[in-house]
Amino acid sequence: MTTTASPESAFRATTVAPATGSRATTRRRERAACGVLMAPFFVLLVAVFLIPVATAVWLSFFGEDRPGLGFGPESTIFVGLRSYAVVFTDPTFLAALGTIAGYCLLYIPLMVVGALALALMLDSGAARLRSWAQLALFLPHAVPGIIAAIIWLYLYTPGLSPVVALLAKADLTVDFLGVHAVVPAIVNIALWSNLGYNMVIFYAALQAVPREVVEASVVDGAGPVRTALRVKTPLIHSSIVMVVMFSLIWALQLFTEPMLLSQSSPMISARFSPSMYIYDAAFTRNNYGLAAAASVILLLCTIGLSYGVTRWSNRAGARAEAKA
Amino acid sequence: MSTTQADLPTALRPRLLGRAVVNTVVGISVLYTLLPALWLLLAAMKNRDALSRSDVLSLGGYSFVQNLGDLFRIDGGLYGRWYINSLLYAVLGAAISALVSVACGYAFDKYQFRHKEKLFGLVLAAVMVPQTVLALPLYLMASGTGLVNTFWSVFIPVLFNPFGVYLGRIFSQGYVPDEVLAAARVDGAGELAMYVRVALPMLGPGLVTVFLFQLTAIWNNFFLPMVMLSDHNLYPVSLGLYIWNSSATVSPEYYPVVIMGSLLAVLPLIVAFVLLQRFWRSGLTAGAVK
Repeated sequence: MTTTASPESAFRATTVAPATGSRATTRRRERAACGVLMAPFFVLLVAVFLIPVATAVWLSFFGEDRPGLGFGPESTIFVGLRSYAVVFTDPTFLAALGTIAGYCLLYIPLMVVGALALALMLDSGAARLRSWAQLALFLPHAVPGIIAAIIWLYLYTPGLSPVVALLAKADLTVDFLGVHAVVPAIVNIALWSNLGYNMVIFYAALQAVPREVVEASVVDGAGPVRTALRVKTPLIHSSIVMVVMFSLIWALQLFTEPMLLSQSSPMISARFSPSMYIYDAAFTRNNYGLAAAASVILLLCTIGLSYGVTRWSNRAGARAEAKA
Repeated sequence: MSTTQADLPTALRPRLLGRAVVNTVVGISVLYTLLPALWLLLAAMKNRDALSRSDVLSLGGYSFVQNLGDLFRIDGGLYGRWYINSLLYAVLGAAISALVSVACGYAFDKYQFRHKEKLFGLVLAAVMVPQTVLALPLYLMASGTGLVNTFWSVFIPVLFNPFGVYLGRIFSQGYVPDEVLAAARVDGAGELAMYVRVALPMLGPGLVTVFLFQLTAIWNNFFLPMVMLSDHNLYPVSLGLYIWNSSATVSPEYYPVVIMGSLLAVLPLIVAFVLLQRFWRSGLTAGAVK
């Protein structure tokens, strides 16, 4: 490679000494261009993100009040933290939080370990027809969530499902939509949808692992399993964190699948998950204050958990570096 | 791209047992992902009797053409409307969204201004915020401006894609060398003309990746249309199938059309993913690098 100035300095040099115009006009033109390129996105950011978030927070502190024993004109009054108190003492909301916690505890480890194991196996060179296997595993990602839920709902429904019929022949009766199986049934839908997608992310990261590192571990006498777990896995640490983070954010919003299954399962109430609770509060009960308070709580949970994952990953990363 | 068997170091070449285990596990996983999709395909070909006997695997009881005809006839051909709506929301929305996001990501990469990283932090924070949190305020805003239950109430919010800005910045770092821009400046190109003529062609693959991500997201979109729309003629496929599925619990003649409708709704994304394979692969890698 020839020695040229670094991109940074070349860029600065042209900014300082442009071919035409003075430095000030160039700066102004650059600033204008930058503004034009960014403006559409930031208009959207304000309109469909900042204002709605602010509105949700604002709404959560206000409530409807009807003076005169509920017969007077309706008015909106400041109620402080009352909506939050109501949400936190509502057993259905606490149950929804419990459900989502159980769902995440089951789903995220299964997803990450499963996707990582598959990626390591495909990367090990032992698997046959690697690109076909990848394409097949990725396929469910192209199936919209609602349709994945429809497919699995039918596969869970006695009278429609070949799976249930097959199990019945073996004298097994599994009520997939019954009280114990409903959370695992939803976890299964989510796993089916996302396993291949996350596997591709891990696989892409594994492809970037330098061959010398892998070879060095072989020289040190590590077998394929040891190489996969002790050498390759730590090297794709940042991808794992990203997948955990996105899976978590996605899982906390759980709505589509239980909403569809609730049409056929009495075990799924209208307030099964926090998102369903918000929908029910806002559009069935028309209690905007309650819905907004639940939204803010869900938002804070998401931010808190994401922050926790980042902290945990930084510490784990530091430990890995200290070891190396 | 993939290392072949031959050039792996000998010690890494897996032993026979290990290879058998790996292939079994991968094979079972492939069956797990493929069989439900295959069931959808077979079930779509069957008439209602064959469906309710749970024997989609047996021969006979085929009524593919009948099912397809029913799908577009039932409820006055509503499914065709939904399909066109979904295509409009998704293709148009994803195209505009990708252009807007990548332009912003490019500007974040190539220009210096005050509080840049703080602003970028805000964009990244927006990735985390759940859709369901924004839905009620968006609904109230839409009803305040009279947009509720219109095309725009679903179309405008899906244009917002903060993750696309993040990807756009990464692609801009990777694909658009600063030297090229410097040379274009020396030639006297205007900043915006330079973006359109020089940078945008280089960003092509990144643009396609962001487009594809957003296409999937909008095609999947369910919560927002459910909140915003009450007019059945404006529904996307996802919401329409949800409504039909709830009808099916009462009137079983909807089962075959829900299944056939699901099958057709899967096709556009599969086609898009297969056609644009090399782009989304590079996109996933870029997203994973940081």
